[in-house]
Amino acid sequence: MSETKSISQQERVKIPRQKMPTQEASVRVRNFNEVALGYPEETAMREAARCLQCKRPKCVEGCPVEVDIPAFIERLREADLPGAVQSLKKDNNLPAICGRVCPQETQCEALCVLGKKGEPVAIGRLERYVADWDLTHPSPPPELPPPSGKKVAVIGSGPAGLTCAGDLARYGHQVTIFESLHAPGGVLIYGIPEFRLPKHIVHAEVNYVRSLGVEIRLNEVIGKTYTLDELLNEQGYDAIFLGTGAGLPMFMHIPGENYNGVYSANEFLTRVNLMKAYLFPNWDTPVKVGRKVAVVGAGNVAMDASRCALRLGADEVHIVYRRSREEVPARAEEVHHAEEEGIIFDFLTNPVEIYGDEKGWVRGMRCIRMKLGEPDASGRRRPLPIENSEFDMDVDMVIMALGTRPNPLVFADSGGLERTRHGTVVADERTGRTTKDRVWAGGDIVTGAATVISAMGAGKRAAADIDRFLRGEEAPVSRAEAAIRAGAS
Amino acid sequence: MYEIVAREELAPVTKLLEIRAPAVARKAQAGQFVIVRVHEEGERIPLTIADYDRERGTITLVFQEVGKTTMHLGTKQVGECLASFTGPLGLPSEIERYGTVLCVGGGVGIAPIYPIARALREAGNTVLSIIGARSKDLLFWEEKMRAVSDELIVCTDDGSYGRKALVTIPLKEMLEGGRSIDRIWAIGPAIMMKFCALTTQPFGVPLIVSLNSIMVDGTGMCGACRVEVGGQTRFVCVDGPEFDGHQVDWDQLLARQRIYLEQEKQALELWQHGHACGH
Ligand SMILES: Cc1cc2nc3c(=O)[nH]c(=O)nc-3n(C[C@H](O)[C@H](O)[C@H](O)COP(=O)(O)OP(=O)(O)OC[C@H]3O[C@@H](n4cnc5c(N)ncnc54)[C@H](O)[C@@H]3O)c2cc1C
Ligand code: SF4
Ligand code: FES
Repeated sequence: MSETKSISQQERVKIPRQKMPTQEASVRVRNFNEVALGYPEETAMREAARCLQCKRPKCVEGCPVEVDIPAFIERLREADLPGAVQSLKKDNNLPAICGRVCPQETQCEALCVLGKKGEPVAIGRLERYVADWDLTHPSPPPELPPPSGKKVAVIGSGPAGLTCAGDLARYGHQVTIFESLHAPGGVLIYGIPEFRLPKHIVHAEVNYVRSLGVEIRLNEVIGKTYTLDELLNEQGYDAIFLGTGAGLPMFMHIPGENYNGVYSANEFLTRVNLMKAYLFPNWDTPVKVGRKVAVVGAGNVAMDASRCALRLGADEVHIVYRRSREEVPARAEEVHHAEEEGIIFDFLTNPVEIYGDEKGWVRGMRCIRMKLGEPDASGRRRPLPIENSEFDMDVDMVIMALGTRPNPLVFADSGGLERTRHGTVVADERTGRTTKDRVWAGGDIVTGAATVISAMGAGKRAAADIDRFLRGEEAPVSRAEAAIRAGAS
Repeated sequence: MYEIVAREELAPVTKLLEIRAPAVARKAQAGQFVIVRVHEEGERIPLTIADYDRERGTITLVFQEVGKTTMHLGTKQVGECLASFTGPLGLPSEIERYGTVLCVGGGVGIAPIYPIARALREAGNTVLSIIGARSKDLLFWEEKMRAVSDELIVCTDDGSYGRKALVTIPLKEMLEGGRSIDRIWAIGPAIMMKFCALTTQPFGVPLIVSLNSIMVDGTGMCGACRVEVGGQTRFVCVDGPEFDGHQVDWDQLLARQRIYLEQEKQALELWQHGHACGH
């Protein structure tokens, strides 16, 4: 340690970015165990030594929750792991998860000064190292302030809900999370596979939130079991945080989409991850094992679905994407791992029809080749079909990973919540306040499908604002004012 | 958690369970369903609510033991608990004063048709009912149905009880007999509902069916339950479970119900083997 501490800037710059040990591709395609194995101590220290401890650290600007990155790396360098954990957790409630799933290459690492000439500090891997140390060296739960006597209902137990609930409990409020599924964690549990985010890590985070006194009520669907208005007016909650995510799957609306063997990525991943279909028949939920599988889309969801299909035993898995490699929205590491595992990428290709056999099963998919035109509203070049370029793919399973929207179920029989035409809730970005009195929202329900870290950050900001409101520091904003604020932001 | 407070064997393979779930009972209405998980490693299956008791805080389910999960559920005794129980899901039946309504319940579909018939009666309708099963020992709730119907026809496929006929026969006769019927509900196996749709189509009487598609979450998040109705893809769990029976793509529904036939067989064999060995 002392040697790495005393080295000069030039020497630091010379240390190469440390590789992450992984399970061998040929082995891991046959199991659901974690792919990336984490840095051993020595590697972590060598990587930490690369950080220049910038006075005005660029990396922090790239982090959606502004983790004090040089500070935690500094603590790590000094082998002060409790200190490193503390500075990391000040801004990030879920570091063991974020270290594994954040798109660092477009956030902190994208701005790291070392990245200008060489490779950026592997901030995500160091974050994971510190957070994993924390998981195996649990600290006593924090002391809670005396109960405020206020009750808050948090709807949804994904990263937004868990974070908001944890912070509110630490402010002294009584918090109940309502979760429609039978297991807490949101996408972390039902969507992201075990081989990328082991479920014991999600359980640990959930248990931590429980240890703060948060009650988690599973199998209760808000909008059905209770409505928002019932929670506010009959069940005695002083405030509500909506963190129900964006779980509604989208389909292409092309012919043949309802043949057997066509799945939404949500269904496929829920069967595999939440319901553990990869352990069928020891677990009861089945899933089809395709021979030749096409996954439509190229986000994280598509990568996860394709790699699950491969692990279940498919002979060949294709990612079918209408844009080119440049536009792929998935994390770079996932694309890299998918390619290593033998996933085939068909860029500039778009399905137009799915064929079925007489029993209603998929037997093929007709696609058309695409080219890139002028940039569209998203700033990416618009994909355009090339005439007469149709061709048929021989597939027996198709998984649609085209994005998701907020599920409107939660709004049932409760008025006053303004929504955009994309179905997302209108909320003030800084506070999470919605147009409905005493209701806050954050995460994918506000942004549409985004990231774990942005959902976590929104949950944190909302918790702070709910706390202000509950302590009577500020009257709730009127509906109109909130709408104006949100519109202006 | 979700304790079983009463259990009844309605027929050798048809069981009734009354389950304590006050939050669900509080809101349950005719036509809705719940998602049940029997044990921690279990799958999520939808079961239509056969009855509810808000005071006792209970929901009654009636199911036929056709596969591993329903067989496992059938072994559950009073005092035991279910791993999870979620609801009430789906849209309730549209209960209004239509005039004269006809309720058709086939097989295990007699259970969910009962609260609908009762609600329709309470809303002031004249309720005619037809219930049927393959044979006498599969028939149940005749008296309950009689109590909420102005007229009740009972039939069995093999003639072992009541009239020897499929439910579509008296259905057709009633329509041909020129009885003015304002609305029909039919619940039962998909194939029965399909034939009810074909039978009633020429008479132009609205037909409501309750679709029993495969589900996972039951809240609109996966699309497992999707089926085409009137040329549009609908999610049974949130857009239904009741639909206009004349608009449903029955062959698609029937195909989609068979997706896991092989795995279901495998799971069942494993279960039966486990039981034969006395586990
Ligand atoms: C397969 C997949 C892979 C992903 N990979 C990454 C990645 O690598 N990196 C990354 O940063 N992001 C990734 N994302 C995105 C990220 O997971 C989400 O942005 C994030 O989870 C959003 O958090 P949230 O708390 O807003 O909602 P969610 O995580 O969606 O949680 C919402 C919760 O609310 C519950 N709920 C919904 N409606 C109700 C209701 N009416 N009543 C009660 N409960 C309800 C849901 O069951 C769910 O548990 C991925 C997403 C998916 C689907
Ligand atoms: S920008 Fe890079 S080198 Fe500078 S503090 Fe951040 S991680 Fe360290
Ligand atoms: S069961 Fe998942 S959407 Fe209907």
